[in-house]
Amino acid sequence: MTETVDAVQLDTGWKAAQGEPLLKVENLIKHFPVRGGMFGSKQHVRAVDGVSFEVRPGETLGLVGESGCGKSTTGRMLVRLLEPTSGKITFEGQDITHARRGQLQRLRSDMQIIFQDPYSSLNPRHTVGTIVGMPLKVNNINPPGGVKKRVQELLELVGLNPEHYNRFPHEFSGGQRQRIGIARSLALRPKIIVADEPVSALDVSIQAQVINLLRDLQRDLNLAFVFIAHDLAVVRHFSQRVAVMYLGKIVEIGPREQIYNRPAHPYTKALLSAVPDATRLGESVGRIRLQGDVPTPINPPSGCRFRTRCWKAQDICATQEPALSVKETGSLAACHFPENAVLIEN
Amino acid sequence: MSTANNPYLQVSNLRVKFETHDGTVKAVDGVTFSVEKGKTLGIVGESGSGKSVTSLAIMGLHNPKSTLLQGEILVDGRNVVGMPDDKLRLLRGRDMAMIFQDPLTALHPFYTIGRQLVEAYRVHHKVTKAVAKKRAIEMLDRVGIPQPQRRFGQYPHEFSGGMRQRAMIAMSLINDPNLLIADEPTTALDVTVQAQILDLLNDLQREFHSAVILITHDLGVVSQVADDVLVMYGGRVAEYGTAQQVMKLPQHPYTWGLLASMPSLRGDPEADLLPIKGNPPSLLNVPPGCVFHPRCRYAMLKGGPCDREVPELLQLRTVDEPGHTVACHLPERQRIETYQEEISSVGVAQ
Ligand SMILES: Nc1ncnc2c1ncn2[C@@H]1O[C@H](COP(=O)(O)OP(=O)(O)OP(=O)(O)O)[C@@H](O)[C@H]1O
Ligand SMILES: Nc1ncnc2c1ncn2[C@@H]1O[C@H](COP(=O)(O)OP(=O)(O)O)[C@@H](O)[C@H]1O
Ligand code: SF4
Ligand code: SF4
Ligand SMILES: [Mg+2]
Ligand SMILES: [Mg+2]
Repeated sequence: MTETVDAVQLDTGWKAAQGEPLLKVENLIKHFPVRGGMFGSKQHVRAVDGVSFEVRPGETLGLVGESGCGKSTTGRMLVRLLEPTSGKITFEGQDITHARRGQLQRLRSDMQIIFQDPYSSLNPRHTVGTIVGMPLKVNNINPPGGVKKRVQELLELVGLNPEHYNRFPHEFSGGQRQRIGIARSLALRPKIIVADEPVSALDVSIQAQVINLLRDLQRDLNLAFVFIAHDLAVVRHFSQRVAVMYLGKIVEIGPREQIYNRPAHPYTKALLSAVPDATRLGESVGRIRLQGDVPTPINPPSGCRFRTRCWKAQDICATQEPALSVKETGSLAACHFPENAVLIEN
Repeated sequence: MSTANNPYLQVSNLRVKFETHDGTVKAVDGVTFSVEKGKTLGIVGESGSGKSVTSLAIMGLHNPKSTLLQGEILVDGRNVVGMPDDKLRLLRGRDMAMIFQDPLTALHPFYTIGRQLVEAYRVHHKVTKAVAKKRAIEMLDRVGIPQPQRRFGQYPHEFSGGMRQRAMIAMSLINDPNLLIADEPTTALDVTVQAQILDLLNDLQREFHSAVILITHDLGVVSQVADDVLVMYGGRVAEYGTAQQVMKLPQHPYTWGLLASMPSLRGDPEADLLPIKGNPPSLLNVPPGCVFHPRCRYAMLKGGPCDREVPELLQLRTVDEPGHTVACHLPERQRIETYQEEISSVGVAQ
């Protein structure tokens, strides 16, 4: 069962019968030119190197992987903060890969992004009211009852006191600032939010508050999310489907249960196995320990990019790049010698 | 639990206050613990709970002009509190060393890794540069840096995050210290690299038999490496015991809050997390009574003691093994029942 198929069409977990995807990404690529090499020759950071996935309405796709694997770059291309080098992004059936002005403006209300850092993403000189109302203002939207009323509704929605409308960001804690950022992202009633490490900077007790808030919002507003995080346990709590990235590529994608309980790709298995588990005191038997660091995305390894750290690598792994294909465990994975055992029993 | 009579480190009733423009910050308010050689103490708590202030006090790194230190910190029997700077400098590096969260703040950007290692060694050892270099390369090799000869001549920016942390560990261990304090050494790293570094610290500890303090906000990290666990909140000790005791039968509502807030790789992913409400306290204006009471869902207020009396850190009585201490006014029986009925089924606790 390792026959190669069109990853997008076979992206498991849902069928065409379940309707049009909200967002469809095909073979997305972003290469950043950098100076480097021996003679200052031009080279490229292959930050995202052929990524495909779909997100349907109201669904969360989690994007995980080690630092530098291309998660944020992917997220920024989705909301068009970065111009893709090539590939195609379709939103509600429309090609938005190179959207300009009018189309982009409509897109800005349908797709929003939330960033990791609740400190630098809010203008310190603006009041909370101004910050949260800004998207309405920029887009010349006058909601029924006025901007202030709408902003106060939004503050209430994210669990902030609407009376704090006139306060400044520095008067709020980290978790509260992240709520302000979330309120702002909801101002235009988007259909999808790209959340780039939205809780990573927060303490665990505050992080749980914000995760619960995002889950409630998703349920109540039928929001779709692309949820980027390096914390696998957080992603598990927030995503119906999960894509694992390594060096600019998706190495495995599938429904949460398959990814977490029966990972097919050795890298997915290694990542999961590295998470320290508070329920397993001092246990380290059977742990997989990856050696070394991720290689540079300027010169990724030939064949399978994971082969320099993979304990299962064979000759073919260096010569032939494995394509994403359906594996026995049910997910799509890119590996010549996939895993097929149950990792976690639930 | 360090029950030995002469632990390598004994901290007793430590208080650290800072004078600031806004008033006095009570960053650490009466903290007591000890660490034996060959053991690892995990200190857990959210940001601002006083973990780093405690470790800087042990290292004698606070600015004496703006800091008020009280209590006793015995390192191998010698009190660090009030110790003159020249004596402290002899202790630091040789008897005790520290690893920071961000190795870039501790490594000098303009000097090669090798030069920094050599200097760290020569401060405490009267040896030639060649001997020190040999030792430095040995250490780089020992912490798992490939091609240590070549890496010796490189600058910190030429190292990846994980390698920098390894270099930092090599530097802190080069003088074979008896006490090693690692302040969030893996917080900035990916899980795969974190796992490597934690394994490394474990191996090195077994080899060098030092006393180790590992500071973290991650209960998962603590359960993996610590022998003893100290849970801090608002500058005070909430709970203290062996890792076994604290992780298997946590007794403080704050520890419960941490556990129930943590998403896990097991259990029902659709179940809601149970966060702690509100925010950590301002240490300029510490809440009266139990410092956790404004956020505690079990607080006994309106006539109860929680917002009036500071709870003492007391031994659990109804369990066999001694050494598990908790600072909470709730009756012990009620705490044990509450944990079993309400907490052990959510978050990572399940
Ligand atoms: N503007 C840029 N110019 C050159 N290289 C870049 C640029 N932006 C990103 N990169 C590189 O592209 C790769 C992917 O970066 P990206 O920020 O998407 O990673 P990430 O998965 O979000 O990592 P993290 O978990 O650290 O946030 C990295 O190697 C990064 O250094
Ligand atoms: N030099 C200082 N001056 C004033 N306040 C300080 C200083 N250093 C730390 N604090 C305060 O002491 C408290 C505890 O800090 P810290 O020990 O760094 O917390 P953590 O547990 O996150 O390591 C915090 O409220 C912090 O703001
Ligand atoms: S293709 Fe080969 S190197 Fe790549 S993950 Fe699979 S076994 Fe490992
Ligand atoms: S002393 Fe009271 S407020 Fe403090 S943790 Fe115990 S029950 Fe909660
Ligand atoms: Mg990123
Ligand atoms: Mg700290």
